[in-house]
Amino acid sequence: MLTKAKRANKIEAKFELKGSGTRILRSWLVRHLQSFFFSLGLMAREPLATLLTAAVLGIALALPGGLYLLLDNVNQLTGHWDKGGHISVFLKTEESDAAAETLAQELRSWNEIARVSVITRAEALSEYRSMSGFAEVLDAFEDSNPLPAVLTVEPRLEVQKPSRMKDLVARLSELPQVEVARFDLQWLKRLDAIVEIVLLGVYLLAALLALGVVLIIGNTIRLGIENRREEIEIANLFGGTNAFIRRPFLYGGLLYGLFGAVIAWGILALGFALLQPSVARLVYLYGSNFELVAPSGPWALALIAGGSALGLLGAWVAVGRHLSTRAGD
Amino acid sequence: MIEFHNVTKRYRGGVEALRNVSIRIDAGEMVFLTGHSGAGKSTLLRLTTLVERATRGHIIIGGHNLTRIPPRKIPLFRRHIGVVFQDHRLLRDRTVFDNVALPLVVSGHGHSEIGRRVRAALDKVDLLGKEKQFPVVLSGGEQQRVGIARAVVHKPPVLLADEPTGNLDPDLSKEIMGLFAQFNQVGVTVLIATHDLDLVHHFGDRVLLLRNGQVVDGLG
Repeated sequence: MLTKAKRANKIEAKFELKGSGTRILRSWLVRHLQSFFFSLGLMAREPLATLLTAAVLGIALALPGGLYLLLDNVNQLTGHWDKGGHISVFLKTEESDAAAETLAQELRSWNEIARVSVITRAEALSEYRSMSGFAEVLDAFEDSNPLPAVLTVEPRLEVQKPSRMKDLVARLSELPQVEVARFDLQWLKRLDAIVEIVLLGVYLLAALLALGVVLIIGNTIRLGIENRREEIEIANLFGGTNAFIRRPFLYGGLLYGLFGAVIAWGILALGFALLQPSVARLVYLYGSNFELVAPSGPWALALIAGGSALGLLGAWVAVGRHLSTRAGD
Repeated sequence: MIEFHNVTKRYRGGVEALRNVSIRIDAGEMVFLTGHSGAGKSTLLRLTTLVERATRGHIIIGGHNLTRIPPRKIPLFRRHIGVVFQDHRLLRDRTVFDNVALPLVVSGHGHSEIGRRVRAALDKVDLLGKEKQFPVVLSGGEQQRVGIARAVVHKPPVLLADEPTGNLDPDLSKEIMGLFAQFNQVGVTVLIATHDLDLVHHFGDRVLLLRNGQVVDGLG
């Protein structure tokens, strides 16, 4: 019969402080799944609290998400207007229609210009006669036509930005045959400036709300850590690694972010559905072919990925602050 | 299995909980650790589980010098030790089964193995029928037995207990100590801190007596 001491020696002579490689690999996925479902289970146990937190996160995420959609729509709308942008080049009155045609031919070879059409002096006169109501005044000129020929220059799409349009207008003005080249840059500049300010505002708001999301999730996770102090200490004493103890909380944050993003998407999809008919009617009244840009698949994916990432970040911050002081470290 | 060489533990503020303690507990021994509260029993156990580190001296457990175990290895070290607490420290929101399974879950065992070993441990403490219940519905003695099942489920070579019978009546205390003796019979090294001297004498194992942070008797 073995003595007690010999039996003890048989059990374990020296503590093994290495995990076996294959078991680590095999259990990695198992552990992550365990943590994931454990976190999910904790949330499911308190559905109302989980839903409330997720709803707060959803609203916080819906605001920047919605503003981004709005901006997307504004961009699309101004895109429609840009296409109508053209420069009116008034030639000097002594230039003949033939000279106008020659100049138009020359301008068509310019890189920046997509199309040039000529309004001859006669055409200009008849147009003016019919449109302006000054027919009698024009009649006083009898045979001499006071109006110059006009070239309508349509720049290429990529040139249709305030700075490049300005350059083009300047070059056209310097041509010897040209009296004046005109393009109403002012409204385009103003719109650009407004869009820029709104965009900056959206970024600022998005940053603030993202910080809000991180703080909300961080605080939720912190409370979870406080509620489960006992469990954490026990797991710690029975050899739970830092990673093991942190993992469920990190998954918790990720899941909160994910749920929040899904709720945000729901809010925005609903808002879009409610707005759609009214916008369609307004657009119809303006006779435009503008269509409201719907929340797209990639956009929804970005929202959900962003929400989850913020959730993970919030949990990471909370876990780092509240689980860092570990016994024995 | 457990060796202390001139170990001193000084807490912040200058209180010396252990003073120049040297002990040696062989593999397969069952040893009682006694002394008044504040004599250093808990501190000695906390040093053994690396909850705290010694201020001076060396502790060698399971062939490892604890001062040389880096923080990231502490969890792996603790997986070789089972701990029983005075207030058993069961998790109230988990079933008996889940409470006992914790040390196995922590070290990443598979589902079926966890089931088998948890039932084996519960069988040893005679609580096999109560695995689905929550700790609150169990009696004090039963709760402590669950605590013991949790401490041995991962088959640790060393079992530590801090006042495991502190809240129990004498009969239950004897029953609990009997369980420790059973585990010791199969080769587990057992160290029990207690101030219940009657019980200690009943079992007749080696007794280490601590006074003011020093071992005054039972060096063996």
